[in-house]
Amino acid sequence: MGSPHRYIPNTRADVEAMLKAVGADHIDDLFADIPEEFRLDRPLTMPAALSEAELMSELTRLASKCADADGYASYLGAGIYDHYIPSVVDHLISRSEFYTAYTPYQAEVSQGTLQAIFEYQTMISELTGMEVSNASMYDAGTGSAEAAIMACASTRRNKVLVSRAVNPRYRQVLQTYAAPRGIDVVEIDFCKHRGVTPVSRITTDLAADAACLIVQSPNYFGIVEEMEQLGAAIHAAGGLFVAVVNPISLGILAPPGSYGADIAVGEGQPMGIPMSFGGPLLGFFATTGKLMRKMPGRLVGQTVDSSGRRGFVLTLQAREQHIRRESATSNICSNEALCALASTIYMSVMGPAGLRKVAETCLYRAHYLRDRIESIAGFTIPLSGPFFNEFVVRSSVCADDMNEELLAAGIIGGKSIECDYPELSGCTLWAVTERRTREQLDSLIRELEVLA
Amino acid sequence: MSAVKYTRDHEWVKVEGKIATVGITDFAVQELGDLVYVELPAVGDEVRAGERLAAVESVKAASDVFAPVSGEVVEVNEALEDEAGLLNESPMDEAWIARIEMSDPKELDALMDRAEYDEFVKEASH
Amino acid sequence: MKGPQPLIFELSSPGRTAMSLPAPEVPTPDVGSLLPAQALRHDPPGLPEVSEVDVVRHFVNLSQLNHSVDNGFYPLGSCTMKYNPKVNEDAARMPGFARIHPDQDEATVQGAMELLYSMDRYLSELCGMSRFTFQPAAGAHGEITGLFVIRAYHESRGEHRTKVLVPDSAHGTNPASAAGAGMEIVVVKSDERGNVDVDDLKSKVGPDTAALMLTNPNTLGLFEENVREIAALVHGCGALLYYDGANANAIMGKSRPGDMGFDVVHLNVHKTLSTPHGGGGPGAGPVGVKSFLEPFLPAPLIKLNDATGMYAWDYDRPQSIGRVHSFNGNFGVVVKAWAYIRSMGPDGLRTASEHAVLTANYVMRRLQPYYDLPYDRACKHECVLAGTRQKREHGVRTLDMAKRLLDFGFHAPTIYFPLIVDEAMMIEPTETESRETLDRFIDAMIKIAKEAEEHPEVLHDAPHHTPVGRLDETAAARKPILRYTKES
Repeated sequence: MGSPHRYIPNTRADVEAMLKAVGADHIDDLFADIPEEFRLDRPLTMPAALSEAELMSELTRLASKCADADGYASYLGAGIYDHYIPSVVDHLISRSEFYTAYTPYQAEVSQGTLQAIFEYQTMISELTGMEVSNASMYDAGTGSAEAAIMACASTRRNKVLVSRAVNPRYRQVLQTYAAPRGIDVVEIDFCKHRGVTPVSRITTDLAADAACLIVQSPNYFGIVEEMEQLGAAIHAAGGLFVAVVNPISLGILAPPGSYGADIAVGEGQPMGIPMSFGGPLLGFFATTGKLMRKMPGRLVGQTVDSSGRRGFVLTLQAREQHIRRESATSNICSNEALCALASTIYMSVMGPAGLRKVAETCLYRAHYLRDRIESIAGFTIPLSGPFFNEFVVRSSVCADDMNEELLAAGIIGGKSIECDYPELSGCTLWAVTERRTREQLDSLIRELEVLA
Repeated sequence: MSAVKYTRDHEWVKVEGKIATVGITDFAVQELGDLVYVELPAVGDEVRAGERLAAVESVKAASDVFAPVSGEVVEVNEALEDEAGLLNESPMDEAWIARIEMSDPKELDALMDRAEYDEFVKEASH
Repeated sequence: MKGPQPLIFELSSPGRTAMSLPAPEVPTPDVGSLLPAQALRHDPPGLPEVSEVDVVRHFVNLSQLNHSVDNGFYPLGSCTMKYNPKVNEDAARMPGFARIHPDQDEATVQGAMELLYSMDRYLSELCGMSRFTFQPAAGAHGEITGLFVIRAYHESRGEHRTKVLVPDSAHGTNPASAAGAGMEIVVVKSDERGNVDVDDLKSKVGPDTAALMLTNPNTLGLFEENVREIAALVHGCGALLYYDGANANAIMGKSRPGDMGFDVVHLNVHKTLSTPHGGGGPGAGPVGVKSFLEPFLPAPLIKLNDATGMYAWDYDRPQSIGRVHSFNGNFGVVVKAWAYIRSMGPDGLRTASEHAVLTANYVMRRLQPYYDLPYDRACKHECVLAGTRQKREHGVRTLDMAKRLLDFGFHAPTIYFPLIVDEAMMIEPTETESRETLDRFIDAMIKIAKEAEEHPEVLHDAPHHTPVGRLDETAAARKPILRYTKES
């Protein structure tokens, strides 16, 4: 019997009474079925319990050793972006009734979660122009992998084409998932000048037995791909078209549904979710009505209750692991529901006009910065394709040295990408959100001018 | 009308010439409860006896339907695509699932008649 | 209680908004001059146009339709719905954790890396493992990661093992994850005591077996008494033993999977380590392995340079299975779990498991006279009862009783799982519930058993006092409506 703890309410007297009721003399009697050799006969070797005040001091010590985006102007993107999160988002997802509930298995006492997911599915469908959305995946990387697996299952083909301009990390996740299933992943190279995936590289030979083509737009370099042509090329060969998209960009860019995508996935983090060192994130996943039953993940559907009132339930569950087991469309169970709720609140706050405006602001500020950097001697823009809020810069200064200097000036500079793209040596990737003010952009330019 | 034969996996099969019409039994439907979706095979699929032919889903379960005989699927009951509930209403008649052009009608000999099937169900539910 | 609410789309009014954005402050040429016309959106997405007050009231009203741990007992078996400490929420929201980017230079995120590094040490000690990865974002994600590791290990030895053994009592994620890892599933039976049937296991384990996946205590809430023999059998043929940590809340500081012979474990931190379930996620499913499997873990891991005291990402892992998450896994969730472990300490963790087991046994024994108990032995952190007699004698199904429980202000247990128990009710009270709460729940369950005898119709029509009545799941599945459309 341990000492009293704030999270364990039963007292010694309670324990005695309960032991008596179960007919045991000691708590250890209840562990008698653990073979003796496997009973731990010593305390765990870890630090002793902290009081709440001590815990907060320790956490503050650790947190203060990190340079956060409140204290620094960050230009990192590559899948995670520093967008402004309206105050109401965190207030509302902090409602205990949302965040301390589990998966809505008992629909009659889970209408809050269920209706919010139904609204989320509707908003994602609207945003992507697709017919149906699931209730979320872990992130864009696993979402892309699941899209590839779904495409293989529905076309009965075993090869996946993916553009090399898709985020390298998403491609790594795809590879991890594909290899054990015997799915062949073939990468399509991008154009070294424009930074786009040329449709001419989707040859008849390559596409003939491909389950799908995966293209990201804006791609890893921030460049907008020629999605309509790419989609047509893979469709002509009987494969599916998988679009990986940035949800904020869809405020101004054509939605996947408009150019014939069969599956649209993406990272929902830009919509109201903190960067949190890369997680928790939000993989959104949408598809066509035709492919609805091949979809991974949970789905919420509308129905009626015993007196005919509208209500919501988890539905089409026969696709899922708890019913189909090894034949399920995916093994996913827990998803990112609270992040999906955050994005639903974000989209409600923004509305169609707000989403357009935030996208435009990112676009304008990114172009301003790109133009100014291009005018600095020693800096060039190696890829000429049209871009949204992210672009590649080549500089004569070593990226590490540059970023060290910038950090001293309160700036977190662009990400070096030459590890993933040796042909882009000396290149860094810069993202601009609506949080980067004109003043911050100008101060960055001044710093770069000094470095050049 | 020819006799109906039954499998141990609760399919029924009705034969007219070389064509076998396949469905699931009233007993199976009763066990599965309200059916919500039927995954039909495609016309032209080649199936072998004992292999998966289709799948039926209730809210909380999914069950495979196995081909009682080998052959080519020549027709599927498209009415089930939109109206899986038909299986609950008329499992042995209107809600047939597929028609197979048999490649080996002798396979029918291994199947049960109604009396044998009823006995089998009685035993199985003990 | 509140009744059904309008959809947010039904509150929409053209021109209304809740947004607040800065002016661009830079040149604003026509968007068409920056992007090709073909790439532009023509019709705005059909998002709602609402005010900030509308947004706040709508979501607060929705929240009030939910049952949650913070408004009542939630004995959902296998889900460990323990209290979610509030201070942990504060921790994850600190800017030094919440507002950092995964691609920042290591020198600027040392605190976050130290936290992950020390968490690896804590979890390794807790589970008797050597090293953990934090990339898996959920339990099932952990399972598939563990199986990728197992597969890579066998292949590194030139062995192509294709079969994963899974008990018939296992969570559905086990076979689904094994299939996702390209494996064939072989089901192992349970014996009459609720353990893995060792004879059946013997007949199925062989040179093509890659692993046995085991939950211990299993989904019946029972400790696998023959775990030593099971481990010997599995290891004897060169296969590995995988520990599904869904039920680890029963054994913290009492017994360790690593000591029992497990080679790979995943923990559900949203169960065992108190992080909130968020209405279905996010969770986190860190995976730990014995030292011989470390080379196969997802890259990168964190290493500590003893000389400088600095933490660094270790990408130089040639045998790694690769990446399973786009970034570092659900770091924000791991921060909460870290705060929990530091708040509990070794003594607190052990006490938590002891109390979790005691409360489950208490509920089981108090309810035993009223419901069937398929396996009559001390349970661990959860017990499985059955409503067989209510079904047989009164035509009342477990589903009816579960729905009736909602009327008493309790969440229902997990029902119809594990699949091997007829009319199963899996009850997991957790250590954070007081005896008074347990007694109220027990009283409600006893009352429901009496209602089944005397007024079965009350149960058939339940629930009666929830925001909506019993919902028609069949209609939902037959004609799926998965989104709002303006016309409808």
